[in-house]
Parts: sequence; structure tokens; C-alpha cells
Amino acid sequence: MELNSNIPGGPLQQKWDQHRADLKLVNPANKRKYSVIVVGTGLAGASAAATLAELGYNVSAFTYHDSARRAHSIAAQGGINAAKNYQNDGDSVWRLFYDTVKGGDFRAREANVYRLAQVSTSIIDQCVAQGVPFAREYGGYLSNRSFGGAQVSRTFYARGQTGQQLLIGAYQAMMRQVGLGKVKLYNKQEMMDLIVVDGRARGIVSRDMVTGKIESYMADAVILATGGYGNVFYLSTNAKACNVTATYRAHKRGALFANPCYTQIHPTCIPQSGDYQSKLTLMSESLRNDGRIWVPKAKGDTRSPDQIPESERDYYLERKYPSFGNLSPRDIASRAAKEACDDGRGVGPGGLGVYLDFADAIKRLGQEVIADRYGNLFEMYERITGEDPYKVPMRIYPAVHYTMGGLWVDYDLMSNVPGLFVLGEANFSDHGANRLGASALMQGLADGYFVIPYTLGGYFAKGGFSTVSNDAPEARAAVTEAQNKVSTLLSINGKRSPTSFHRELGSLMWDKCGMARNEKGLTEALKRIPELRDEFWKNLTIPGTGTELNQSLELGLRVADFLEFAELMCTDALHRNESCGGHFREEYQTEDGEAKRNDDEFCYAAAWEYTGVGSKPTLHKEPLVFENVHLATRSYK
Amino acid sequence: MNLRLHIWRQAGPDATGMLKTYDVANVSEHMSFLEMLDVLNEDLISKGEIPVAFDHDCREGICGTCGMVINGRPHGPVAKTTVCQLHMRTFKDGDEIYIEPWRARAFPVMRDLVVDRGSLDRIIQKGGFVSVNTGNAQDGNTIPISKLDADRAMDAAACIGCGACVAACPNASAMLFTAAKVGHLASLPQGQAERSTRALHMVLQMDAEGFGACTNHLECEAACPKGISVEFIAQMNRDYLASAIGGRD
Repeated sequence: MELNSNIPGGPLQQKWDQHRADLKLVNPANKRKYSVIVVGTGLAGASAAATLAELGYNVSAFTYHDSARRAHSIAAQGGINAAKNYQNDGDSVWRLFYDTVKGGDFRAREANVYRLAQVSTSIIDQCVAQGVPFAREYGGYLSNRSFGGAQVSRTFYARGQTGQQLLIGAYQAMMRQVGLGKVKLYNKQEMMDLIVVDGRARGIVSRDMVTGKIESYMADAVILATGGYGNVFYLSTNAKACNVTATYRAHKRGALFANPCYTQIHPTCIPQSGDYQSKLTLMSESLRNDGRIWVPKAKGDTRSPDQIPESERDYYLERKYPSFGNLSPRDIASRAAKEACDDGRGVGPGGLGVYLDFADAIKRLGQEVIADRYGNLFEMYERITGEDPYKVPMRIYPAVHYTMGGLWVDYDLMSNVPGLFVLGEANFSDHGANRLGASALMQGLADGYFVIPYTLGGYFAKGGFSTVSNDAPEARAAVTEAQNKVSTLLSINGKRSPTSFHRELGSLMWDKCGMARNEKGLTEALKRIPELRDEFWKNLTIPGTGTELNQSLELGLRVADFLEFAELMCTDALHRNESCGGHFREEYQTEDGEAKRNDDEFCYAAAWEYTGVGSKPTLHKEPLVFENVHLATRSYK
Repeated sequence: MNLRLHIWRQAGPDATGMLKTYDVANVSEHMSFLEMLDVLNEDLISKGEIPVAFDHDCREGICGTCGMVINGRPHGPVAKTTVCQLHMRTFKDGDEIYIEPWRARAFPVMRDLVVDRGSLDRIIQKGGFVSVNTGNAQDGNTIPISKLDADRAMDAAACIGCGACVAACPNASAMLFTAAKVGHLASLPQGQAERSTRALHMVLQMDAEGFGACTNHLECEAACPKGISVEFIAQMNRDYLASAIGGRD
């Protein structure tokens, strides 16, 4: 198989414009003859569904939520980047592009990232027009804040609820199209499989989570906007229902999965409090604008923070990375926290925490200003921990947050299966090995509002679509397969719940394929995962039936896919003999503990082809060619 | 701590429901309320019983998926807090806790504590948006919006669509939910073109879904996890009247 990224020729700055000029168009009157399925209604899915319907295509949108507005994009707190340069502080499309490529540790595709930076400005305009209540200055103009990994102020925000407001904007735009009859919305439906006919993606199999009915839905193209796979770790900042099933099923039908080992560990989350813990809660990175991160200088110092004098504190980010300080990128800040805790200087229960201290900021700006900037985050912290961060420093610890890996896509965001497009976190394309803060919202909306409307049209315009119905043998076979899977799961009648397997898998992945990885641990994980998977298929218990609302069954179906996917992740992590961004291999580090890339051997995207359960996937390499930026060692010192 | 729970169990939309009693032991004060239910459910599964179905997702108080009535109060006893953010330190050893689904004609019970809130989506569908297609927009700073207006819009837009306002209302009215959306868009210049028809269409849909009318009990504001003010209801009533009497649509 040959991977063709289809990056247009010409200078970087003109690729997207030239490509849009070259793409064929579908006549307005013909658009209604084409249908597309969009799976997922987060930022990428809802924006795509709305925009494609506005153009005149027939859209079917699927979500496993009871309402499209609940997708996990809603939980993004801090903001969205855009190269508006409203602050006159030296920002530009080029700088946003460069920061993103560098932030991704030079493992992203130049052309995709440049396009992302280009359309970033239109996203803000579109959202303002929709009525997204971005923060404003007193003069009425849009306000910006700073975020990690950048030296300009380019992040737009709506209090600490930016993801919510952007998603509501996209959701409303989509609901308008539902009202106009151009989007048919399927709530409480979970995709179980992809249907490929004559080598093209032509539909999905979906399960109605209320009745249990499994049916096929056909279209001319399928868009997956189903988010990331962070919940393979069980504990993460992802919502409870986030899962890998849609993308993994597509992978099993032939779509290549790229860079699954690139996982982002977010430095500022509330530490775990007990075994019953069901998820981890993120505290927005924006807090690092005013909070200072520190641990005691002495090991095992159990004094309360106010008893530790200034001279006995180690503000380790400010010490190690003076030019970026507390605003160092996420991977670097997370590893530094782990280092401090591994060194015995962590704080709080079990020593798994560091302080994020606002005392100086409150002294400098007053409590009112801090409350205005972060009030809702402070309240959330107090609700969860019972501690008041205005008085006591927050305790934070890194947690799994975002996954840069995803289905391989070309410049048009189409996978290697023609007609299967992948948007947002579900694809691999823009963030390389590490994503910068406030860039996920930007990418999701860029893909949905400004990329897919052009590239999908180009695909349709090429034509050659045969009529495919639900009676197609491929569709019927996929439905039967999904039905069989449900009945198999329900008939095991073992002793362990889906959650218990999920927890065990998660803790294994965190230990062996988490913030730091090594060959020995990954090899152990690759031995242990198949054993756990075997036990799952022999000893699982799911009460109830498949023809009713059954939340244990939903979970069982998702965990079954995580148990296969985890192996792919570890395989990728083991093969990548270098450290880059969110992939830190302990064998490959500099003397002072920084990630050591190997550009000679690993400057490529690793796209894996499925070859069967438990069988080693085939590696395909897409070389990353840097024509415009110089491959440099990432330094934030 | 040890607790006694009385939980509404109902096998399906047409089944008869009833309160069933469960004892849970060794609950940590650091657990969230939903984690306490997770522990109960794992215990039920190990005994071969059907676990309690309840809606939840982000567990950060923002997605609006979770919601249950705890001892008669939507989302439980702590103000401005969704049930996923409610922690067990609020309760004490020996407490008896009654847990029920949202009760409203427009929110049919699907199973146990899970209700169908599709009616709220259909209200939005009738006008809860600005009719702007992708690509129409001009530069964001060409529409200056005073900080006060932007803040007021945000106050209303903070609604998470959980439905607690409906559950709290003796009339099961969705006025606060509807008014929050109308108020969000009415506070901004972008929302003016469709302002009065928006209020009219959304209120008519609210009535059609079987939600009750507002008789100013203000229970909605007290139950709202985002503290959305009933002032927005007054504002919506003005817009509704202007449209209904003005006859613009």
C-alpha cells in the first residue's frame, strides 16, 4: 500500500488557496443528490454537519448522547487560538504555524498545520457571528489571554467555558439545519462498524441504545468526528463515554491508524483521591498565567505550604525554563512534575501532587481580579477537594488529556479508505507529537467549518457512485457481525464487570505506556494485554439483555475494543525508538532529562495496518518533509 | 460512612416504577455522589442484579448529562452544583437518601434515573440560534460589544441544558431554559434581527412539548447549577409579547 498525503505543490503559503481553486465543485442543484453520515457531534462533527447542510448536502448526524450538545468538546475550558494579532504583539499566521509545528516536536505535517493557522482567524469571525459570547475588553473589542508554548497573546476565551460556548454555537447551527430538514439527527445511537462497499466507505452500523436495535445506514461518504482514545487509560480527563470504538472499527475495516502512542498528559489536573476514582478533573492551563508551580526543596517535607519559607521552595519550571517558566508546553510541564514527585518532593496524599500557588498573583492583582479570571475554576476545585484555593495553594498532578494519534488522513482529511473522512481529535494530522493548549478547539472547528466543505465536494465531484442499499451483502454482514458480538458478550456469564477490566487495563497502560515508557515495560504490557483480553472474553459478566437500555453492555462493547487497541498503542510506542513530545522513552533522553528525538530514523508518521486480533500490525511510513522550518531541538529555556 | 439509599427503579418507559432500598457501606467523604452510585452498581453486578441506570458523562459539571432529584432537590442539597460535582462530604453517617429521576411530562423516564430530554433540543431547533451560514462572517472586531453586554450574554449562555429547572418547577415549566437561550442572543447585537420571532417560536414549541406555564415560583433559579437568573424570564416575556402583539410573524 502506498501512502499518498496529496499535499498540493507550490509555496506553503499558497497551497490551500491553490488547492481550493483546483478542487472540483458540485453544482448547487446537484448537492442535494449526495448524502453524508457524520458520526459524533462535538466541535468537529457539529460544525461539519451544519456547514455541509448549509451547502445543500443531505446529512445524517449520529451521537451516543441524549443531546448533540453534550459532546466532550464542551469541557474545554481555556480557549481557542487564532492568529488575529489583535494585540499587536508580533503574532502572524506564520508564527502560529511555527509554534504549532515546534510544539508538536516536529512530528506534524507542515502543509496541514499551515492551513490550520490560516483558517484560524475565520473561525473566530464565524463564532462571533453565531453569538458566541467571547470575553470583551471595556472598549467592546475581543480580549485575549496567553497560553503555554507561545510568547504572544492569541487565545480567545469565554470565561472558563470556551469549549462549551463554541460547541453550543456549532450545535445551534446544526439544530437550525435539523429544523430546516437538511440534517437528520440520530441521538442515543452508537456506531458499531463501518460499511465498505467496492473499496469505498458507504455507511455505518449503529446500535440504538434505547431499544438495542442494530441497523445499517448508508450514504455516499462517512465522516468520523468521534474524538480521542484517552479513556484507554481508564482514568483521564475525558468524559466517561469517550471511547475508541468508531475509529478502531474503521481501522479493522482497513483504515490506517497513525501514531497511536502520541498521548498528551496534561500537567494541571486535580490529583486522584481514592480507588473509587472514576475520572480526573482538569484545571485549565490558563491558570498557569497567574499561578506559580512549586514543590518543597527538601524531600519528604510535610509542612503545610504556608509554613514553607520562600527560600525552601523550588519553583522548578521557572528555574529550568526561565523564558517560558510556568507557561512551558504541556509535555514538558508534566514530565517536570513527575520528576519532582519521583524525587520524593511531591505534596499531598501519596506524594503525587505539586502546588499551583496564586498567593503572589492575589497580592499583585487583588482577589477580585483573580476571581474574575478564574472564579469558576476556583469554585470547581473547592467543590471537589474541599479546599479554598484563594487561601491554600491548589494541588495538581498530570493526567491523560488528549490523544494526538488517530486515523491517518491525507491533506483532504480523507483516510486511505476512499470516502472515509476523519476530523478533529479522531485524526492524527495537525498536532504532531504534542498539542499546544487552545489548539484542539481550533482544529476541530477548522476541520468542520473550513476544510471538509471544500474537500468533500472535491470527492463527490469525481463521481462514480453506484447505488448502494441496506440490502448490500457488505451491509447485511456487518449488521450480523455486530449482533453476534452483542449476543456473545451477553452470554459469557462470568464474574467480572466491564469496569473492572477497564480499570485493570487502564492502570497497566498508565504504568507501562503512560508519561514515561521503556522497552521492558512495553514488552511486559504487550504480553499482559492479550492475557487480559482472553480473560475478558471468558470471565465477563453483563446483566440484562441487548434489547433495552443497558449501560453495562455499552461499556462492555467499548472495553472490548480498548483491549485490542491498547496493543496497537504499545506496539507503536515500542517501535518508536526516540522521545518526542507526548512520547517519552526513558532510553532516549539528554543528560538533563529532556526528550531526545531521532530525526534520522523517525521523522515519519507511523501508520499501522490491521492484520487481525493479536497479530502484529503492518507499519507504513509517511516521511515528514520539512521544507519551511528548520528541524531544531525544541528548547523552552 | 454507611448510608441507606431509596432509588427509583423502572425497567423501561412503559414499566411501573417503584422506590427500592439499598444499603451502601464504607462511603468515603471524598467520593462524588456518582462515584458512590458506581460502587453500588459494581456491587449489584457482582450479585448478578441489574445496576441502576443513570445519565452522566463529563463529571465536571459542564455537559449537563447528569441529573437526579436527591431528597426532593434537583442535583441535591448544594447550591449551584450538578450532581456529578456533589461530594459525599455533604452527607453524614446513617443518612437516608431518596433518589428519583426528573419528573415532567415532557421528560419521559427511559429507565431508572434516565429521562429523555429531546424536548429541549426541539425548543432550540425552533429559533435558538443566529441564522448565519459558515462563511458569512466579517471580522470579529467589527462588532464591538460592551463588556457589560458580553458578560450578560455569557451569564445566560452558561446554561448546560440539564433540565433541573424543569424538575424543580411545580408546573414542570421550561421557562428558565428557554429564557436563558433567548436572553443570551437578545443581549448581543448579532441576535437582534431575529429577536422577537425567536422568543415567539421557542415559547410556542415549549408549550407544544407539554411543559407547563410559569407562575413565578422561582424554584428554577434556586435549582439551577449555573445560577441563571429569573430576570431572563421577564426579558423573554417582553420579547414574546412584542412579537405576539406586534404580529411580525
